[in-house]
Amino acid sequence: MIQPSVETRGLTRRFGALTAVQDLTIRIEKGEVFGLLGPNGSGKTTTIRMLCGLLEPSAGSATVAGIDVTVAPEQIRQRIGYMSQKFGLYEDLTVSENLNFYAGIYELKGDARRRRVAAVVSFVGVGNRLRQLAAELSGGWKQRLALGCALLHEPTVLFLDEPTAGVDPAARRSFWRAIHDLAAQGTTVLVTTHYMDEAERCQRLAMMSGGRLIALGTPAEVAAAVGGRTLEDAFIILQERDER
Amino acid sequence: MMPHLGPMVRKEFIQMRRDRLTLGIMVGLPVVQLLLFGYAIQTDVRNLPTVVLDQSRTPESRDIVAAFQNTGNFRIVAHVNDRPALDRAIDRGEAQAGIVIPYDFPRRLARGTTARIQVIVDAADPLASQAAIGAAAGVAEVRNLALLTRAAGRSVVPLEVRVRPRYNPGLRSPNYIVPGLVGVILTITMVLITAMAIVRERERGTLEQLIVTPVTKTELMLGKIMPYVGVGLVQMTAVLLLGRFVFAVPLAGDVLLLYAIALVFVVASLSFGLFISTLVRTQQQAMQVAFFFVLPNILLSGFMFPRQAMPLFFQWIGLALPLTHFLKVLRGILLKGVGLEALWPQVAVLLGFAVVMIVASVRRFHKTLD
Repeated sequence: MIQPSVETRGLTRRFGALTAVQDLTIRIEKGEVFGLLGPNGSGKTTTIRMLCGLLEPSAGSATVAGIDVTVAPEQIRQRIGYMSQKFGLYEDLTVSENLNFYAGIYELKGDARRRRVAAVVSFVGVGNRLRQLAAELSGGWKQRLALGCALLHEPTVLFLDEPTAGVDPAARRSFWRAIHDLAAQGTTVLVTTHYMDEAERCQRLAMMSGGRLIALGTPAEVAAAVGGRTLEDAFIILQERDER
Repeated sequence: MMPHLGPMVRKEFIQMRRDRLTLGIMVGLPVVQLLLFGYAIQTDVRNLPTVVLDQSRTPESRDIVAAFQNTGNFRIVAHVNDRPALDRAIDRGEAQAGIVIPYDFPRRLARGTTARIQVIVDAADPLASQAAIGAAAGVAEVRNLALLTRAAGRSVVPLEVRVRPRYNPGLRSPNYIVPGLVGVILTITMVLITAMAIVRERERGTLEQLIVTPVTKTELMLGKIMPYVGVGLVQMTAVLLLGRFVFAVPLAGDVLLLYAIALVFVVASLSFGLFISTLVRTQQQAMQVAFFFVLPNILLSGFMFPRQAMPLFFQWIGLALPLTHFLKVLRGILLKGVGLEALWPQVAVLLGFAVVMIVASVRRFHKTLD
């Protein structure tokens, strides 16, 4: 049996009286582009943060690349890449300084570092902006840089939390092309979104609402399970149900 | 060992270089503070504005007024004709001292009974009036001695006490203030800078990205401290040089030893700031807590107010502050020229403080968001 790339069993996280994620059980295979879809507050970000070891689960368990997140969160770090919702790099550092800082943090040295940074620079296409301060980049370029920094150590699992929020359509398209290239090379990608066109590009989806898993499967299966003709119908049905 | 420390420190240096305002404050603050404190703070109050009510108007009375003036503590600003006028001048703050010489002053002096002079001092500010009170007593003592020896037909005084103010023979304020200022400036900047360090990353969202990497807690903490050790030593050098060449503060002891101990003190201060950083959630809170810590350092460490005068309880609080111990080191090395044989207890306390604070910070900090 092939080991799943990400697996959760009854994963739950409470913040005081609020249950942000309740009893989530999913399984993501290696090389899959897996989407977490749901309205704001449905628990997508909390799920990703638990999988990255940024938050401790209140109950349940999760493994990433075969390692239990609650037992050995530090061992996971070298194997995962993470892009947070808010731009998390240093705005007062240049593009090149940000890349080199993270390359250093991932213990890339000398020639290996130069080669890897050059490869990432050309993959995300920031070659013309290396000396620009990150603060001066537009949303699309910031997102490319953030993806680049998350890829330096060739992670086996990539977590992207609403990576294309506030990014123009052309940049979004090229970003998704990059995502599928990575998946084709064997990287597992877990991405949260509330753009329908992006959700359609995922191989499988988990639709969440109010911290619970509502539907799981291909985009068409998820739409049908919620009772809509398209994914967008399904999303609106859910949101209306949440607001009631 | 600690493979991620190098990149962390490099990053901090780049950020420090880009943040011109903070950099300016870190270099400008010591210079401005030194000049302010160095020139403004003079604990020896001289030239107290004084009014004179001389009711006898004789050579003897003028002679005694001159004796007061010659102490340098009294500056005669006016002569008044009656007591209400003298009181008014002091009430209004035009004068802070008044000398009253009664009608019968020369007569009593000549007759050999006790001649009385009254000196009124505005003691609303005790620090300012102290020197005047002492000087007034001195004037009387000198006069008495002269009169008594003459009356006794002796040419030498029966007893003399010679006081030698060691280590600061001129009793100069800068010699006292400037070494202390080195410690105060280091405390303020070092604690403030690092108190903001981790919360700033948290507020900007860069911490979230950083803690999903293999960087360890200890590397993160040390990476935040190390660049500022250099800043602290540069600050100290600036203050010492200005102190030496502008205020002629002596440098009696081993400078290398001073820097070695300063290094420990800087690390202790930085790690205290770091600890604050792990307690608070916002930069504003960090600022408030840091000031809350800095204030007792200035008041209770013995920087300006002698610790011996404090109630025991506050002396104990003072002992818990690293600055208290560093001040002893600064004054010990700069003024007394003593070495490690005299200062090792202070060094031990500072070392202990640094270690405890770093360990506490690393323990309190968790690589999670909650």
